[in-house]
Amino acid sequence: MMKGLGGYLLKRVFYMLATLWLIITITFFLMKLLPASPFTNLDKLSKTQVEILYSQYGLDKPVAVQYLIYMRGFAKGDFGVSFQFKNQPVADLLSERVGPSLQLGLQAILFGTLVGIVLGALAAMWQNTWVDALATIVAILGRSIPNFIFAVILQYVFGLRLGILPIAMWKDFSYTILPTLALSMSPMADAARFIRTEMVEVNNSDYIELARAKGMNRFEIALRHGLRNSLIPLITLLGPMAVGLMTGSLVIENIFAVPGIGEQFVKSITTSDYPTIMAVTVLYSAMLVVVILVVDLLYGIVDPRIRVAGEGDK
Amino acid sequence: MNERFAPLELADAAYEREKNEAPSLGFLQDSWRRLRKNRSAVVSLSVLVFIVCVAVASIWLTPHNPNRQQLEHGNLPPRIAGLSIPGFDGKMTTRGRVIDKYAQEGIPDDVSYFLGTDDLGRDLFSRLLAGVRVSLLIAFIAAFLDLTIGVAFGLISGLGGERVDSVMQRFLEILAGIPNLVVMILMLTIFKPGILTIILAMIVTGWISMARIVRAQTMKLKNQEYVLAATVLGQPRWKIALMHILPNISGVVIVQMMFSIPQAIFFEAFLSFVGLGLRPPNASLGTLLNEGYKAFRVLPYQMWAPTAALSVIMLAFNLLADGLRDAFDPKMSDG
Repeated sequence: MMKGLGGYLLKRVFYMLATLWLIITITFFLMKLLPASPFTNLDKLSKTQVEILYSQYGLDKPVAVQYLIYMRGFAKGDFGVSFQFKNQPVADLLSERVGPSLQLGLQAILFGTLVGIVLGALAAMWQNTWVDALATIVAILGRSIPNFIFAVILQYVFGLRLGILPIAMWKDFSYTILPTLALSMSPMADAARFIRTEMVEVNNSDYIELARAKGMNRFEIALRHGLRNSLIPLITLLGPMAVGLMTGSLVIENIFAVPGIGEQFVKSITTSDYPTIMAVTVLYSAMLVVVILVVDLLYGIVDPRIRVAGEGDK
Repeated sequence: MNERFAPLELADAAYEREKNEAPSLGFLQDSWRRLRKNRSAVVSLSVLVFIVCVAVASIWLTPHNPNRQQLEHGNLPPRIAGLSIPGFDGKMTTRGRVIDKYAQEGIPDDVSYFLGTDDLGRDLFSRLLAGVRVSLLIAFIAAFLDLTIGVAFGLISGLGGERVDSVMQRFLEILAGIPNLVVMILMLTIFKPGILTIILAMIVTGWISMARIVRAQTMKLKNQEYVLAATVLGQPRWKIALMHILPNISGVVIVQMMFSIPQAIFFEAFLSFVGLGLRPPNASLGTLLNEGYKAFRVLPYQMWAPTAALSVIMLAFNLLADGLRDAFDPKMSDG
């Protein structure tokens, strides 16, 4: 048993590292292929100035050497120096920005899944009633309509029209409410749909029938049997949710002027700040790959059949 | 002749009356019958057919030229001639006062803009039509390419034997580990932003889920008797793939493609909205949203039209895809 888990873990970590290495390498060489120079006013500078600039950023060495230097720095957490903000190491630039992004992401996932679970459970308990219809509508809207549309509507209604909540910026908790809401719509929809489907299935099983025959009321049944059995498979949704949140953060952080990673990413792309683009690319990939690995492992621990099936198809 | 041996007419009629059989339906007919019962799917299908028709017709027929700039007609609110519904009467509220923007700017009575104009005086309705057309075009091409690559990869991997399959699956696993957002953004950084680049950026990783589904289905079908029979009879593998496997997985493939269309629309809108996709003189749902958002606090009408259009299109595609999934495979329905 433990050996099986260890082998599985080893295999997965190996794939994770291979993927990350591939991403870093591809990103590095793609950036080298780019025709544009990182320095905007290059033709105004003298030849020596250009040479000094290039050697300062390590761009005068052969590409292979640059690659080795980059990889070595990478292992030490050094991502080079930003082109956009002179003399500011990319690592420092990004570390200031991890906080808001992380806070937004966690708040959105927590709030979204909690509301989604409640909605889904209520919908399953009162199947085919107006509660169910409402949950279905929320699920369909949340899944279909892009989160930046929700963001704009929320901003208009609560920020501009009602003036209850701040429109943008990042100061205290009230500034996080609207972006969190906008980001949480799709986790909410996914969770509601998932929990409803699972619970409807569980509701038809024999042990629920038995619980009903024993005279348990529907809330007890829903909480102790239905929900508990539906929550474990919910872990599988975390991977896709994390992907969605990262995509979402790019645009939501821009709309609400949140000083997070996503906002910096867009800014560095529009200003051709290559070291920052590379660092964020790798950071995003690493975060996703780790989240997906953790989710798979958790699921493998909770439900050993997955692991066995994984071994089996070899 | 003995009367007792004459055929009994009544029994025949009774047999006809008692006969209990439905007309035999093919796979597509059967699915279509189920789809028609799903009200939201039928409504979505009609809405989408209408939108596609309007978008295609707008190549030849638009109220105004979507790219013609008339600075003196800039930022006009929506007006539909002869209608005086608030919001579409050409009036707007500026600093608490209602003014008729058309009269103020001296626009002749016979010139109306259904959805108003942007800051350069371009007709937003015509731009919306052009934008929907571009977004749909991108989505359809991307979905079609995903389908082609994914189906080919999945079939080859599923039927190609153990070694081929193993190599192709390892390749897929590594590629699938790269977040598609990262791939898209890298592509858009390297190549010039445009329709082709966006499509290319979306298909680099977009075909993976299709390939996985097709492979899994192929694995399931390839040991079925009819496939074995075809193999025994000496059919080449590509013929088995195209003539025996593909028709039997068409439902799953169509459903998967129907889900990838709204996803492509979303990514185009998302990338262009952030400013990484198409750039403003081009109209698409994303660029219209991007431009509308800039004037959003003062002139919200410029934002609402593309917002509504995108929401309706996304909803309709998702509902139709859900309906198709249930119609092709009633067992997979969420109950």
